[in-house]
Amino acid sequence: MSDALVAIENLTVRFGDRPVVDRVNLSLYRGDIITIIGPNGAGKTTLIKAILGIQAATSGRIIRKKNLVIGYVPQHLSLESTLPLSVRRFMLLSGRPLAECESALVRTGVSHLLDASVHHLSGGEQQRLLLARALARKPDLLVLDEPAQGVDINGQAALYDLIRQLRDELNCGVIMISHDLHLVMAATDKVICLNQHVCCSGYPADISHDPAFIETFGRPVAEALAVYHHHHNHSHDLHGNVVDSDHSSPAISHGGSHEDSHTGCQHDHH
Amino acid sequence: MKIAIQGANMTIIDAILNDFFWRALLGGLGVALIAGPLGCFVVWRRMAYFGDTLAHSALLGIALSFLISVPLNLGVITTSVILAIALMLFSRNKTLATDTLLGILAHSALAIGLVALSFMPNVRIDLTGLLFGDLLAMNRNDLLWIYGGAALILTLLTVLWRGLLMSTIHEELARVEGVPVERLRLLLMLMFALVIAVAMKMVGVLLITALLIIPAATARRLASTPEQMAAMAVVFGFIAVAGGLSMSWHLDTPAGPSVVVTAFVTFLVVYGGAGRLSTRRSA
Repeated sequence: MSDALVAIENLTVRFGDRPVVDRVNLSLYRGDIITIIGPNGAGKTTLIKAILGIQAATSGRIIRKKNLVIGYVPQHLSLESTLPLSVRRFMLLSGRPLAECESALVRTGVSHLLDASVHHLSGGEQQRLLLARALARKPDLLVLDEPAQGVDINGQAALYDLIRQLRDELNCGVIMISHDLHLVMAATDKVICLNQHVCCSGYPADISHDPAFIETFGRPVAEALAVYHHHHNHSHDLHGNVVDSDHSSPAISHGGSHEDSHTGCQHDHH
Repeated sequence: MKIAIQGANMTIIDAILNDFFWRALLGGLGVALIAGPLGCFVVWRRMAYFGDTLAHSALLGIALSFLISVPLNLGVITTSVILAIALMLFSRNKTLATDTLLGILAHSALAIGLVALSFMPNVRIDLTGLLFGDLLAMNRNDLLWIYGGAALILTLLTVLWRGLLMSTIHEELARVEGVPVERLRLLLMLMFALVIAVAMKMVGVLLITALLIIPAATARRLASTPEQMAAMAVVFGFIAVAGGLSMSWHLDTPAGPSVVVTAFVTFLVVYGGAGRLSTRRSA
């Protein structure tokens, strides 16, 4: 476990009395791509903020590798219109020399925008700029919060493709939040379905059969992703509590396993 | 010979410093030098109301200075700093919106200051001067404060520029990249407190925010990088001070308000002119 880029042990984050992230365990290694999916308010952003070190944990531990360089791609760059900023100046603020900034822009395909104002970029261009900014830091770990937001459908596929390529080139770990289930399912190595706790986790092929996944996203989504075929390994009572669980291992490395700490699950079961 | 030249220089400097108009101009330019870049941060971080609040608290600082007999500048800086820290602590508790909180503190500080001053009948102060500035009454000691403060603030801004800018552009991204965001915010507030203390004499507590915001906003129209905007804000600040003082001299108008009026006219000219030249810079 010592070579994990980030190891999360029993992480809980509470806002007031409400647990937003509930007893999450997760390890991330070089070469991993982990995608966090989940409904609104599931704690996805809070979880990655905890990984980034900008959200304090209520309990549990986050162990980062020593001298870990994180490249963060935020959801968007909501730049104040009063602040004039060119792409060049924004890239240079990373503290890296211009040559490295330029090659990062080339890599994400927006080098022609070097002298453009950041205010005039389209959604897709802005995402690629943010990705280049993260890239210029030569990260060990790339953290992306809905990287394909505001990007058209062709651009989305290309962007996820690019993220995969970058993972191969940098040999870094990648963790991202995504709502683009169809693309994520096709493209990512591991998926975590978060609903405060880890609802289910594993490889896309397995997870689309997981009852917890189907409960969270609805049968149509699951059916669209895979031929619906499963038998229940646990049920929920009227309060959403698990009444019968097979308590399989919660570790992410076990494909398709079902998180055993399931008491906070809000989705109803049909 | 050398001594003679030095002597002559000294006489010129003395002559300038002995003349109230030149003292006012020097002081005004010194304030504009720091109000430019700091004003940019006020505009970028939407802290205009915050600046107002600190400025209003300056009056409370003056009252307290008289009460415990400390130098005015020191009292004002201390009050502003305490208020800035109080604001930071209060704003963590999100029950009240920041602008509500600022409104409460700004006007309460101003009112408490005025009430406190009324309890000190033996203290004769020029309230109009405090509220609207008394640029022409600037003395050598004031100049010392202004240029000392300017040197300190410009040094801090140069050293901290990248971190300050990054945390303004995207606070979380800055934090991930290791920028000490909270500490920089506190330092920025302390710099505001300092600039308010030294600029108060010039334009008064009610007009200080104008001196921070208007030159920066004017510069926004023409600048394409943050550094350009800061530099241009300094230039527009110089224009406002020089123009305002000339106006005050020739038309016998109050100096502080004249400076703000000049800044405003410059703003209108730049926005009108630039608007005619190009309509594409909408952002």
